[in-house]
Amino acid sequence: MAFLILTTLALSPLAAWLGRRSARWAQLLALWPLFLTIWFARGFHSALTNEPLTDRLSWIPSMGLELSFRLDGLSGLFALLVTGIGTCIVVYGAHYFDGHPYSGRFQATLFGFMTAMLGVVLTDNVLALFVFWELTGFTSFLLIGFSHRKSESRRSAIQALIVTGSGGLALLAAAALLVQVTGSESLFTHTQSGELLRAHPFYLPIVLCLLLAAFTKSAQFPFHFWLPGAMAAPTPVSAYLHSATMVKAGVYLVARMSPAVGGTQLWNWTIAAVGAFTMLGAAYRAVQETDLKKILAYSTVSALGTIFFLLGLGTPATLTAAVGYIVAHACYKGTLFLVTGIIDHQTGTRDVARLAGLRRVLPVTAVAGGLAALSMMGLPPFFGFLAKEIAYEAVLAQPLIPQVALGALVLASALLGLCGLLVGYAPFVGELPQDLRETRRASPGLWLGPLLLGTLGTLGLFAGALSTPLEFAARSVVGRALPLELALWHGVTPPLLLSVATVALTLLLYWQRRGIRRFARPRGLNTARLYDGAVGVLDWISLRISRPLQDASLSTYVLVFVVTTGALIGTGLSLSIRVHLPSLVPLRTYEVLIVLLVVAAAITAVRARTTMTAVLSLGTAGYGVALTFLLYGAPDLAMTQFSVETLTAIIFVFVFWQFPKVEETTSRVARIRDGVVSMAFGWYIFVLTLVTAINPTSSGLSSFYAEAAPTLAHGRNIVNVILVDFRALDTLGEITVLVTAAVGVAALLHIASQEKLAR
Amino acid sequence: MLLILPIIVPMLTAALLLLVRHRGVQRWMAFLGSMTHLGCGIALFRLVQSEGIQVLQSGSWKAPFGIVLVADTLTTLLVIAVGVVGAATTAFGFAGVDPRRESGGYHSLFMVLLMGVSGAFLTGDLFNLYVWFEVMLVASFVLMALHRTKEQVRAAFTYVTLNLLASAILLTALGLLYGQSGTLNMADLSRQWSTAGPPPLHLPLALLFLTAFGIKAALFPWFFWLPASYHTPPAAISAIFAGLLTKVGVYSMIRVFTLLFQRVSPGIYTLILVLSAVTMVVGVTCALTQRDFRRVLSFNLVGHIGYTTLGLGLLSPVALAGSLLYVLHHIVAITNLYLVGGIFLRVRRTTDFASLGSLYRTHPYVALLSLVPIFALAGVPPLSGFIAKIVLVQASFAQGVYWAGGIALFVGLLSVLSMARLWDESFWKDAPDGVDKASPTWKQLLPIGALTLLSLGISVGAEPLLDMTSRVAGDLLEPSAYVRAVLDGDG
Repeated sequence: MAFLILTTLALSPLAAWLGRRSARWAQLLALWPLFLTIWFARGFHSALTNEPLTDRLSWIPSMGLELSFRLDGLSGLFALLVTGIGTCIVVYGAHYFDGHPYSGRFQATLFGFMTAMLGVVLTDNVLALFVFWELTGFTSFLLIGFSHRKSESRRSAIQALIVTGSGGLALLAAAALLVQVTGSESLFTHTQSGELLRAHPFYLPIVLCLLLAAFTKSAQFPFHFWLPGAMAAPTPVSAYLHSATMVKAGVYLVARMSPAVGGTQLWNWTIAAVGAFTMLGAAYRAVQETDLKKILAYSTVSALGTIFFLLGLGTPATLTAAVGYIVAHACYKGTLFLVTGIIDHQTGTRDVARLAGLRRVLPVTAVAGGLAALSMMGLPPFFGFLAKEIAYEAVLAQPLIPQVALGALVLASALLGLCGLLVGYAPFVGELPQDLRETRRASPGLWLGPLLLGTLGTLGLFAGALSTPLEFAARSVVGRALPLELALWHGVTPPLLLSVATVALTLLLYWQRRGIRRFARPRGLNTARLYDGAVGVLDWISLRISRPLQDASLSTYVLVFVVTTGALIGTGLSLSIRVHLPSLVPLRTYEVLIVLLVVAAAITAVRARTTMTAVLSLGTAGYGVALTFLLYGAPDLAMTQFSVETLTAIIFVFVFWQFPKVEETTSRVARIRDGVVSMAFGWYIFVLTLVTAINPTSSGLSSFYAEAAPTLAHGRNIVNVILVDFRALDTLGEITVLVTAAVGVAALLHIASQEKLAR
Repeated sequence: MLLILPIIVPMLTAALLLLVRHRGVQRWMAFLGSMTHLGCGIALFRLVQSEGIQVLQSGSWKAPFGIVLVADTLTTLLVIAVGVVGAATTAFGFAGVDPRRESGGYHSLFMVLLMGVSGAFLTGDLFNLYVWFEVMLVASFVLMALHRTKEQVRAAFTYVTLNLLASAILLTALGLLYGQSGTLNMADLSRQWSTAGPPPLHLPLALLFLTAFGIKAALFPWFFWLPASYHTPPAAISAIFAGLLTKVGVYSMIRVFTLLFQRVSPGIYTLILVLSAVTMVVGVTCALTQRDFRRVLSFNLVGHIGYTTLGLGLLSPVALAGSLLYVLHHIVAITNLYLVGGIFLRVRRTTDFASLGSLYRTHPYVALLSLVPIFALAGVPPLSGFIAKIVLVQASFAQGVYWAGGIALFVGLLSVLSMARLWDESFWKDAPDGVDKASPTWKQLLPIGALTLLSLGISVGAEPLLDMTSRVAGDLLEPSAYVRAVLDGDG
C-alpha cells in the first residue's frame, strides 16, 4: 500500500510528460488511478472479510514519523472516492486542457495531490497525517493559482493556503499533544484510548486544535470564505479537490477522531452548532448566486456543514448517516461541477441567467446533470434519497437536541435541492438563446466522467447491497458494529414524509427562484474581511517595525548595540555575587598623571571641532595607554602600541586632510544621551576589568611559557615565541587578515583605475 | 593531519589564485579548491565516525599551551556544509562575475572566506576563534566593498562597523575570561569550571559572549546589520554570506554555551529562549512587507536564526538536535535561494519585485527548481524545513514550554505567508515590463539544481541526519568526551 501511494507521487513526472501530449495520450494516465480503484476495492473487501490491511514504510522513526497505513472501512471508503473520482478527473482533465500549455503541470500536480489525499485518509500515524494534510493544502495552492495571470486566482490561492495552513499547524499541535498523552503516534491507538484522553487536562486544547484543523479544511463558518474563493481554480480542480475530496479531509478527521475524543458535550455541541449554522447560512447564501460555480461552492460548504451536524449529534445512527451523506455528496456534487465545467468550456459562460436550452447542444451532459440534480434533491431511487432518508431517521431518534432541529435540516436540504436544480436542470431546459446556438458538442472524453459519476447515484436501486459496505465504513467511526438496513421502501414512515416535504419545498422554491434571489438579503456574513483584517494588521506591524529599521542611521544601530550590551552587562554585574574589593594599593603620582592624560585626551577627542584635533587627541590617549604598558613591564607591547598610534595618526591626517570641520549635527539632548550611555558602558567595563585584575588566578600558562620558551622553543623573547610558535596558528590567521586587506586595497585601486580608463 | 586541510586547502588556493591572471583558469581553480575542501570535509567526517573525536595540537604543543583543532561530528558536518556551499557558489561563478572584480582578487577572497569559516568551526581555542572571525570579517567586507554603488558602499560600511563592534565585545570578553581563568582553551575551561567552580564574574562574561555571538548570528535586538547589507552584493557573495556567516555565530554560541556556561548560569538559557522567540517573530513579520526578493530572504533568514538558537534555549537533547538539523537544512535552502536571486539579477538585472514575475510561464524549469527551496524554507511538508520544526515543537511541548512551541508554529505560518507572497511576486504575477534582459544559463541552473536535490535528500534521508544530530546534541550537553579527547588525548 505504501508503495502504491508513493508510486503515485513518483509518477508525476510521467504525468507532466504525458499530460502535455494530446488528450488521446494524456487520458491514458487515468489507467493508474483506475488500477488503484480496483486495488482499493479489493482491499476494502478483504478488510471487510478479514482484518484491516496495514503497511508501513520507515521514514523518521526516531521522531515517530512513519509512513504507516491502515485500511479499515472509513479509510477504504475515502480511498475509493479519491481514486474513483480521480480516474474520472484525469480523463476529463485530459480533454478539458487539451492543447493548454499547462496541461502537463495540471496532471503532475493532480498526481501529487492524489498521493497526499490517499495519505491523509489511509495513514495511521498522526504526524504523517499532518505531512499529507499540508501537502494537500500545498497542491491545492498550486492548483488554485493555476490561472496565475489573474490576480484573483493568486489572491485566492494564498488565502486558501494560509487559512488551511493555520489549521494544519493546529493539527500539528494536536498531534504533539496526543503523542504526549498517549505515548503513541498511532491513530488506531488513540481511538482505543478514549477514556484516557477525555480525562486528561490536555483534552480541551486537543479538541480545540483538532476542530480548528477540521473547520478550516472543510470550510466551516467562520473559515468558509476560502472555498468560494478557491473557485478561481479550473473546474476539474474544483470538482475534485474543493468538492469531492480535499474539503472532506476535515470531516474525515472528525469522524476518525470521534472514538478517541468524541462523546463529550464540548465535542458534540461545538460540532453540531458550527455544522448547523454553516449548513443553513451557506445554503441561504448559495441560492443568491448566479455563477454556477459559486452556487456549487456555497452548496458544498452547506453540505459539509450538514455532515458536521450529523457527526456532532454523535449517535451511531447519525454517524452512519454522515458517512452515507459523504458518499452521496461526492457523487452528485462532483458530477455537477464537471457538468458546469463542460458548460463553461463549450459556451464560455457560467451565468445562470444566460444559460437555457442546452439539452439540444449538450445532450449527454444534460443527462448527467439531470441525474445528479435528482440525486441531490433526494428523489428515489437515487443514492441521495437513501442518504437523506437515514439522516432524517437518525436525527428523529437522537436525544441531544429538540426535534425542531429537523426543521433546519429540511430547510437546508430543500435549498440544496434548489441548487441542484439550478445547476443540473435549469441550464438545459427552455428555449436555447440565440448566442448559444453555435455551441459545439462536448467530446466523449468530457462527458464520460460526469455521466459515470451521475450514474453511480442510481446505485440506490441496489440499496440492500450497499448496506454492508456502508455499515462497515461507519463501524470505524462508531467503534462497534450496528444494524443498518438500507431500503428504498420502508413503508410510510416519518422520514419518508419528511422527504416528500423536502421535495415539495424544493419544487416550490424552484418555481419562485427569481423571487428568492431578489428577496434574499442581506448577503450574509463576510468573514473574509476578518482574514483581510488580520493580514492587514500583520502588514501594518511589519511596516511599523521594518521601516524605521531600514531608515535608521549607523549611529542609531551603534547606540542600540551599546545600550543593550551595557544593560545586559550591568544586570549581570548586579546579579553576580558581591565581589570583594580589597582596598586599592596607594596610587603613585605618575599613575595618576597618566590616567589624567588619557581622560583629558578622550574628552578633547569628543569635544573636537575638527577631525584633525580629534585624531590627535585619540593618538594622545593611545600614547597614555602605551605608557602604562611600559610601566607594567611590557616594553615590546608598548613599542608596538606607540608605532601603531603614530602610524594611525599620520594616515588619518593624510586621509582627512581635505575634510571640512565637524559640523554640529546632533542636538544637545542626543549628545547628553550619548554621553550618559558611553559613560555607563565604560563604567561597567571598568568595573569588570578592575575585579578581574584584582582577583588574579594562578595560571599554568604563563609559567609554562616562561619555562618552555628558552628550553623547548629555543627563544628568549617569550612574546615572540608565543606569536610564532606556541600560537602560530593565530599569527597565520592574522597574516591572512593583513594580506586580504592588502588585496582589497590593491583591487580597489585597480578597479578605480580601470573605471577611469573606461571613461 | 586531515584536520588542518579544510583550513590549508582554501588558503593555498587563495594564494595560488593571486598568481594567476587568466579568469577562466581562476574559476576552475576556485571550483576545484572548493571541491577539494568538500572532499577533505567528507574524509574528515568519515574519520571521526570511525575513530571518534580528532584532535590536532598545532605545533605539537599540548593543550592548553598551544592551539588545538578539534573535529567532532558537529564540526565535520558543518565543514561539509561549508564545502557544499563553497562548491555551489564557486560553480555559480562560472556563469559570470563582473570581470573587473574578478581580476581584482574576487576568487581569492572567496577562498579566504571559506578558510575563515572552516577555521572557526574547527578550532578548540577561543582566541583562535576570534582570529577566524576576523578573517571572515575582512574577507567578507572586501568582497562587499569591491562593488561600489552608493547603496553597496553604505551597506558594506554598516556591515563592517557593526561587526567590528561585535569583535570588540568578543575581545573584551576574551580578555576578561583569560584574566579570570588563565586559559582560553575551551576544553580546559570546561574542566576547570566543573571541578574548581566558575569564576565569580561568570554571569557578565556569559552575557558578553551572548552579545558578541548574538550580533554575529543576527539575533534580536542585534540583527540590523544583516538586512541592511545582504541584499546588495552579487548573487554568489550574498549566497555564501547567507548560508554560512550567521551560522558561525550560531555554532559558536552553541559550543560556548554548552561547554562553559551550561552548569553555571542556568538563567541565561531562558534569556536565549526569549531572544530566539522574539527574533523569530520580528524577523519573519518584517519579511512580510518587503518588496525585494533578497530583502524578503534576509528578514526570513533573521527569523529562522531564532529556530537555530531555540534548541539552545530549551537546552534539551531533542530540542538541540532539532535546532542543529534546522541549521543543516537552512544552510542548503537559503544558499540556494540567494542563488535563485542571481538568476533574477541576470534575467531582470534586479531583485526588486517591481520588475519580477512571469517566470512560472516563461521559465518553468527555473520555477520548478525554485519551488522546492522556497517552500522548504517556509517549512511546508514534506520538504526539509518541516522536520526540524516538528522536532522543536515536540521538544518544547515535552518540556512544558508550550509558548515556545506555539510561537514556532505561528512563525511557521507567517513564513508560509511570506514565501507564498515571494512565489507570487517573482514567479506567478505578470512582470510589468516583461522583458528579459538575458536568459538563465545552465551554469546557473546546475548548482541550483544540485542544492535542490540536496534539500530533497535532507527530507528523504532525515532519519540518519536526525540520528546524528541527536547524538551530537547528547555530546554537547554532556561534554566530558570532548574535554577528555582534547586534554587527555583519548579521542
